[in-house]
Amino acid sequence: MIAIIDYKAGNLTSVERAVRHLGHAVQVTDEPAAIRAAERIIFPGVGAAGRAMADLKALGLALLLIEAFAAGKPILGICLGTQIIFDYSDENTTPCLGLIPGRVRRFPEPLFDGPVRLKIPHMGWNRVAFIDRHPVFANIDPANEFYFVHSYYPEVAPGAEALIAGTTHYGFPFSSAVARDNLVAVQFHPEKSGPGGLTLLDNFCGWRPAC
Amino acid sequence: MLSKRIIPCLDVREGKTTKGIKFKNNIDIGDPVAMARFYYEQGADELVFYDITASSDKRDIMIDVVRRTAENIFIPFSVGGGIRTVEDMRRVLLAGAEKISVNSAAVKNPRIITDGALAFGNQCIVLGMDVKKVKASTAIPSGYEIVINGGRTHMGIDALWWAREAERLGAGEICLNSIDADGTKEGYEMTLTRMISEAVTIPVIASGGAGTPEHIRAVLADAGADAGLIASMTHFGTYTVQQIKEYLHQSGVKMRMAW
Repeated sequence: MIAIIDYKAGNLTSVERAVRHLGHAVQVTDEPAAIRAAERIIFPGVGAAGRAMADLKALGLALLLIEAFAAGKPILGICLGTQIIFDYSDENTTPCLGLIPGRVRRFPEPLFDGPVRLKIPHMGWNRVAFIDRHPVFANIDPANEFYFVHSYYPEVAPGAEALIAGTTHYGFPFSSAVARDNLVAVQFHPEKSGPGGLTLLDNFCGWRPAC
Repeated sequence: MLSKRIIPCLDVREGKTTKGIKFKNNIDIGDPVAMARFYYEQGADELVFYDITASSDKRDIMIDVVRRTAENIFIPFSVGGGIRTVEDMRRVLLAGAEKISVNSAAVKNPRIITDGALAFGNQCIVLGMDVKKVKASTAIPSGYEIVINGGRTHMGIDALWWAREAERLGAGEICLNSIDADGTKEGYEMTLTRMISEAVTIPVIASGGAGTPEHIRAVLADAGADAGLIASMTHFGTYTVQQIKEYLHQSGVKMRMAW
């Protein structure tokens, strides 16, 4: 069973539908017992970091996620879920879970790509340059694009660059995928990214981390 | 760098598309879910459904279409038509849509934009604008006026002002439809699209008038649109989404070419 963590952060049904479509048993839940019993965890989310952290703590899920990570359970962060596994988010000045060293920053405005002024949020299809072939990113065409919607981006702390698993260019390169032991997290939405996104989700659902 | 988007638009009445895909061998797909799947497989970047069901007691049919679509395609899609309240928005989003499009409801009650953005985030709220070229006047300084009821009712609202106002109210995107160009297949309204694209910082989807891939190239590359809405070009089998994207890619427009 795969547990999708429900902490009231936006519409989680699209992730559930995609995983179910791939033929995996999945449950959207905020029950600590169900999350502890799950074979793996998907941590999605849309919304603001401050509210999301407050809800996670109120539901007793913040510590549970840290425990699950320490126990070696495979975890996939998506979008806001990814931002929340960093140390800190500038959004609502929020201390976060600290599973990846670094902070989440707002895209600077105005943001330019040459003469072109870029719009914020970064919304639409963009490439991800995967740095090494992590098993969760296997069998994905390098030209594949993923669907992004965000105004804040993760920045891995100096010295921890080895955790960067993929980068995306939007005015400048930012870390759109990170990986640490049994944890993988992406800024984009694999559940809305067509067949390439489904491949990523399917890879995660079968992934056995080495550690 | 972001890719420009190609967005097929499906008009749905009581659960059936009003224009099915007509293939050369005369097979006609009238099921919106099958059409959505067809365009998804061809590489459409997003889809739009407009519910043109007249009677409100048949609106639940659309919720079912949205749910079945969300189970079958895994790209963003938006739903417009008949959405008047935050509760209407919630039902469509929970059924699996990524975005909501509001048009005449927002003209009559602009507050719906803000309420929707606060409840679901700006990125969920698309403002649909139907626009007609008129003589520039004190009331309509840009010479483009907001119309509703398919262009039959002039609202006395300047389109340029309304686009800026909608962004201020919290709209995350604008779908800009020229009533004059709509159905002509002679190209998008370039002047209008350029004017609105330059006036707002949110993405603009150009709509109305697409007849050839070159029309789409022009509006994306020369008029500043972020996306092109298409309908009859692909519904009648004249082009496939893939052919259009291939043309744009060859012409130097950044496109998503792998899926």
